[in-house]
Amino acid sequence: MDKFETHTGVGVPLRRSNVDTDQIIPAVYLKRVARTGFEDGLFASWRKDQAFVLNNPVYAAGSVLVAGPDFGTGSSREHAVWALMDYGFRVVISSRFADIFRGNSGKGGLLAAVVSQDNVELLWKYLENHPGAEITVDLVSRTVTAGEIVAPFEIDDYTRWRLLEGLDDIGLTLRHEDEVSRFEQGRPSWKPVTTPA
Amino acid sequence: MSGTLSEKVWDAHVVRRAEGEPDLLYIDLHLVHEVTSPQAFEGLRLAGRPVRRPDLTLATEDHNVPTTAGPITDPVSKIQVETLRRNCEEFGVRLYPMGDLEQGIVHVVGPQLGLTQPGMTVVCGDSHTSTHGAFGALAFGIGTSEVEHVLATQTLPLKPFKTMAINVRGSLAEGVTAKDVILAVIAKIGTGGGQGYVLEYRGEAIEALSMEARMTVCNMSIEAGARAGMIAPDETTFAYLKGRPHAPTGADWDAAVDYWRSLRTDDDAVFDAEVEIDASALTPFVTWGTNPGQGLPLSESVPDPESFADESDRLAAANALAYMGLEPGTPLREVRVDTVFLGSCTNGRIEDLRAAAAVVKGRHVADGVRMLVVPGSAKVRQQAEAEGLDRVFTEAGADWRLPGCSMCLGMNPDTLAPGERSASTSNRNFEGRQGKGGRTHLVSPLVAAATAVRGTLSSPADLPADVLQEA
Repeated sequence: MDKFETHTGVGVPLRRSNVDTDQIIPAVYLKRVARTGFEDGLFASWRKDQAFVLNNPVYAAGSVLVAGPDFGTGSSREHAVWALMDYGFRVVISSRFADIFRGNSGKGGLLAAVVSQDNVELLWKYLENHPGAEITVDLVSRTVTAGEIVAPFEIDDYTRWRLLEGLDDIGLTLRHEDEVSRFEQGRPSWKPVTTPA
Repeated sequence: MSGTLSEKVWDAHVVRRAEGEPDLLYIDLHLVHEVTSPQAFEGLRLAGRPVRRPDLTLATEDHNVPTTAGPITDPVSKIQVETLRRNCEEFGVRLYPMGDLEQGIVHVVGPQLGLTQPGMTVVCGDSHTSTHGAFGALAFGIGTSEVEHVLATQTLPLKPFKTMAINVRGSLAEGVTAKDVILAVIAKIGTGGGQGYVLEYRGEAIEALSMEARMTVCNMSIEAGARAGMIAPDETTFAYLKGRPHAPTGADWDAAVDYWRSLRTDDDAVFDAEVEIDASALTPFVTWGTNPGQGLPLSESVPDPESFADESDRLAAANALAYMGLEPGTPLREVRVDTVFLGSCTNGRIEDLRAAAAVVKGRHVADGVRMLVVPGSAKVRQQAEAEGLDRVFTEAGADWRLPGCSMCLGMNPDTLAPGERSASTSNRNFEGRQGKGGRTHLVSPLVAAATAVRGTLSSPADLPADVLQEA
């Protein structure tokens, strides 16, 4: 995973709450077995509407999505994170993320920045008044900057550290493999196994 | 030290706890299906890592499978299913493929095999893994990176979840089901209300539920934004498990039950939040919008967006009504449907089919309405046929199908056409979930069956009584 310290890119205002993962990428795109190339599925249904924000050429290079509360609800599909990243997004800003989506973001290197709804409203207004304007997201200082707006964001310390260092979770866990083996030896013998009963 | 049910299960699975790090949690059972696993197996292959515990891993084919006889015709779906088969063979993971007597929706298969047991940690790359919490297991959905993590290490680094008690007091009236309870819970706390929490469902109304009904409740915890849902194991749980293929036997059974009895929230334990629901006040519930929190009792009318105090709710309601093609003020009972879907990991078990069959027996599906009945697993289908339920459904004009996720999500041939409206026993009414442009009303199996007969959203109480006498 690439290290993430700071990112500056075009902000995209998405004035919707409850953007569920079926909207981020519909199920039909989940049939693929590859890990990349999901950008065509991103917001597939909404993109058919010419008025949808991503169809405005000014946002073509968008990389910081500013969305309403409860972003990423619903299905656990990590494809939602992949689709956002394949399209070019590096950061999603919302006042509240669904748990699984937020977890998936941290694994994939997409920064899910929790910003208060009041500040999201300010960012929306700023982006709508300055279409194509850039937002800077600084993970070191945990701030979002757009024009005169400087807003703090929240992210848990552990995910922040992993993103800053670009660390792979599995590699981190395997450092403690002896502890896993010790735990396994203490498991009750009646716990089920999936091999034939 | 006193604790809640979920804290007890969590603490029993901590492999490693260190300051400033998430806990490393051991996983007892990892369920796998074809959609969220290919990239995880590919990751293992690239890193040269084996599956640490194939004997704690089980795979089934469910999301892509057609529910009519014959092979998968969609080439992309076919590749995904074939990829799972290849991966399971290469990594030594047990798989129940299409056509196998144990095949079915992953969350129906685990419990029916007796693999889901109290006090376990259960994960799957599927948000409805919360279903297994009905047994007092800590069960939750994970993303594909986490699937790879569990395959490689049988653990997950996680921060402890917060705890929320959902106290469902009193008893449910006749015709009010587990589905109505959970839809009412979601409408009350909202789609983000459970965020970060494990919900523990408690109270007389929950204790009175069967295991299958408890699974329906826990299944939709994710629709309230929760990480997991749980119900403390009791005699109902033990009776359900006893004699199942993977349940302990002999002295092991006694040791297991002794432990399982300790899995209760202590009287002096404190939840981070508590919600009260009066079971006796609940009535059949349906959704009118495009998220599972947008629901109302069936007796009410489509709401006016202007009636919502919060601006974001107002906008969401207006968007939802435009998508759903509904007018404010229309009685929900007058909303006409094209399709009725009975099935899914929420309501595709034998008791669901029995409840719906009892309503349609001796009656007929309304003109212009199609009803799909999709058992949750091959075993459920076999049981239903042994009881003659298949004939009840087909004689009523419904379509009796093969097991799979079916119309719960548009990944297989069972979809809604644009603009088509369904009453569905599944779990999500998101835009396009059942097919592009499809409009979904979430309902219980009883409401689904009555709706199929009347052609508009209905409960069995809305049907004329004469046929009931004959049945």
